[in-house]
Amino acid sequence: MVVASANQVDFMIKGITKFHAFGQELWVTTTEIGLSIVTIVILILVFITDKKMKTATEVPGTFQNMIEFVVESLDKLVGATMGHNAKKFVNYIGTIFIFILFCNISGLFGLRTPTGDFGVTFMLGLFTFFIVQYQGIKNHGIGHFTSLAKPFPVLLPINIIGEITNPLSQALRLFGNMMSGVVIMGLWYGMMPIFVNIGIPAFLHVYCDLFSGCIQTYVFCMLTMVYVNDKLD
Amino acid sequence: MNGISGQDFIYGCSAIGAGIAMIAGIGPGVGQGIAAGHAAAAVGRNPGAKSDITSTMLLGQAVAETTGLYGFAVAAILMFLKPFS
Repeated sequence: MVVASANQVDFMIKGITKFHAFGQELWVTTTEIGLSIVTIVILILVFITDKKMKTATEVPGTFQNMIEFVVESLDKLVGATMGHNAKKFVNYIGTIFIFILFCNISGLFGLRTPTGDFGVTFMLGLFTFFIVQYQGIKNHGIGHFTSLAKPFPVLLPINIIGEITNPLSQALRLFGNMMSGVVIMGLWYGMMPIFVNIGIPAFLHVYCDLFSGCIQTYVFCMLTMVYVNDKLD
Repeated sequence: MNGISGQDFIYGCSAIGAGIAMIAGIGPGVGQGIAAGHAAAAVGRNPGAKSDITSTMLLGQAVAETTGLYGFAVAAILMFLKPFS
């Protein structure tokens, strides 16, 4: 169905190599490559931070200043939303914040954005789902399930659907935003004449990767905090 | 209709369906515009609360965007995954 001129349009997930495990044919795709690169970059940053922070000074240097700024703003973000529960969740929220942010802006560096794959965002949504359910059962016990039938028992199916679709729509929102960025960039690079491809895509990258990526990272973490916070008190 | 096979017809109809699905983009556009307008009015009334207003506005806009993204997902599935071929 793809027309002849669109043959260079290229934004799908591609398999690199395949291997057999547990009787299945499994593929290493561009998503896994991107995820590995992002993870390695974050790990390198973590090791540098660890080394620098062992010799931390009273007056911070450049790198120490940056790291302190990141940690402080994450603390402030979580503290403003979760209040006195912030201490328990700042580690998880900070981790997924940095991970999603690096995934989203990796499109700037020529990777296919890993969060433009529904498998990745669905896993992140599943984490949220299980944390919310665990906190609900831990803090409310059996009341977590009986509260589904409130205010009327007739609303039970709708409440169950609401519980399930919250993390799902969260995952779909992140996926849709990043995927639309990937599609727009792929169309632009594939279908525009060569002289338009110099310089102008920078502005599109700023919107699709940087702006949209930062906003969606913030929104994902914010909604996770709001859902978890609902089950805490 | 000579020379058009059933498969081609299905592809054409899928493309039309994808275009129609993107009409869903109207709703989020209007909603986000209203949210941004009210946020601008709120900043004009109370410039001190600018950062709070901005973060609330962005969160609301991102949630309002969801329906448009559902339309986008349907259009992308119709165009690129070809479920009816």
